Amino acid sequence: MDRPGLPRPALVVFALFVFYPLVRSIVLSFQGTDIIGRPAGFVGGDNYAQMFSDPDFGQTILVTVAFVVATVVPSIAIALAIALALQGRIRGIRFFRTAFALPFAFSVATASVVFQVLYNPASGVLNGLLSYIGVGPVQWLTNPTWPCGRCARRRCGCSWATTCSSSAPGSARSTRRSSRRPRSTAPRVAAQPVDHPAAHHAAAVLPRRHRDGPGPAELRQIKILTVGGPERRTTTLVYSIYDQAFNNNNSNFGYASAQAVVLLLVVLAVTAVQFGILERKVFYR
Amino acid sequence: MRTSSTGSRIFTYLFLVVLLLLVVFPVYYGSSAASWGPRTATRSRRPSSRSAGCTRRTSATSCRSSRWAAVRQLRAPTAAITIGQVVTSALAAYAFVFLPLRKRGLWFGLFLSTMMIPFEAIIIPNYLTVSTWGLKNTVAGLALPFLASGFGTFLLRQSFLGFPTELRDAARVDGAGHLRFLWSILLPLSRPTLAALGIYSALSAWNMYFWPLLVTEAPSDQTIQIGIGQLQTSDGQDPGLVLAGVVLALIPTLLLVVFGQRFIVRGLTAGAVK
Repeated sequence: MDRPGLPRPALVVFALFVFYPLVRSIVLSFQGTDIIGRPAGFVGGDNYAQMFSDPDFGQTILVTVAFVVATVVPSIAIALAIALALQGRIRGIRFFRTAFALPFAFSVATASVVFQVLYNPASGVLNGLLSYIGVGPVQWLTNPTWPCGRCARRRCGCSWATTCSSSAPGSARSTRRSSRRPRSTAPRVAAQPVDHPAAHHAAAVLPRRHRDGPGPAELRQIKILTVGGPERRTTTLVYSIYDQAFNNNNSNFGYASAQAVVLLLVVLAVTAVQFGILERKVFYR
Repeated sequence: MRTSSTGSRIFTYLFLVVLLLLVVFPVYYGSSAASWGPRTATRSRRPSSRSAGCTRRTSATSCRSSRWAAVRQLRAPTAAITIGQVVTSALAAYAFVFLPLRKRGLWFGLFLSTMMIPFEAIIIPNYLTVSTWGLKNTVAGLALPFLASGFGTFLLRQSFLGFPTELRDAARVDGAGHLRFLWSILLPLSRPTLAALGIYSALSAWNMYFWPLLVTEAPSDQTIQIGIGQLQTSDGQDPGLVLAGVVLALIPTLLLVVFGQRFIVRGLTAGAVK
């Protein structure tokens, strides 16, 4: 009883649902798949070769990058701005805090639906507002030149609903925390909290949320809003994985696993960079 | 920043109010539009959509497509995931802080590494596992992969690290073993962090989309988040109806956020400063 195996329950879950699948994902990516989804033998790098020679995949990667840049950058900027503004002595700060935390409540499914209604070309509010300033109706979700901009815009709008705001309380938190310190440090908020223990929390929360951003969030909103179209211009990596493996009973698990491995490597690389930068600022500044 | 001349103060307020309008508008719009009447076209297309007793808009949604069932469908997995994450994280965090584990850093690193693996990258094997075990369409299938959380362990570890060693020693002198100390002293005193983690887990569990989409098939087993997606494709003509579904999905999380907000803020920074 001196040393009970306390971490064991968590370890079992991780072993079964994180580490084992991780290995199996990699194994699957080197295997073919028969028509009902059973692994059909080792095929070497065929899945990868197929993937990299597929022009659709290149497009998918581009869309994903554009999507991430267009959502993460504004959402961090906005979150910081909110955090800074909330730092001053402000009447009704409780009210503002609660209000800015509200979008925490939205799942991306719910937010997507609300925005779909807002975007509705015939009855949506956006075109309604545009018509006031004399701009004709815009086909937000189907115009092939716009969808990516739309994604970004929707996402900016929706960053109010999801990503940004979830990071807003995060950075607002560390900022608020630091507001007990001499105010002269306040404008340097981006650099300032990193020597602050609260930064470790922000550092833990923010990248996670942002990884959630291009991850499941993306799938939901794309599935609901545009179904990958028009012309695959809103098909991102995660949607592509879903599409190959599960949509219409495709069951193309091998090929989808190869894409999943690419996703994994990209995320790991981004995380490494993130930590590299943070680490330097946090510990060695 | 601090000097707050009237000008900058007014600017700050203006900025906040504008942002606030942008944030709150979709929330407001979503909930108010839920009470719009259906268009006439929609009504004639679906004359029998309302059964007796379904008077208000939201209840029409629930009666028609059993959205309440979908809400109920989500209650058990959400509870399971929330409780599971809090329990497993608390146990593991306790071990990382108070037990003399060998290779503690390595184990903790292993826990942290789970945060860096995107769930989508391992979702295919997880799906295969759960379907081989015959757990599709069950609460267990929905909840199992999420019963532990690297983030939760990290959060609680940070909070436990700030726990006064005097109290730990006092408890030990009084004869409290590990579990006794954990249960009677540490956890009660860590309530804000536990609440923060609980709220965070509950929000993410409630708002899951990809996983329930895969492991639930029968409409009666599907969660509200997926129900909304489907309402939305099948009832695209009637925004009011769709948004009513949104409100149903949103009520629990809104309540959590409004009443849990102070915990989220306090709990996530508790333990940050020792």
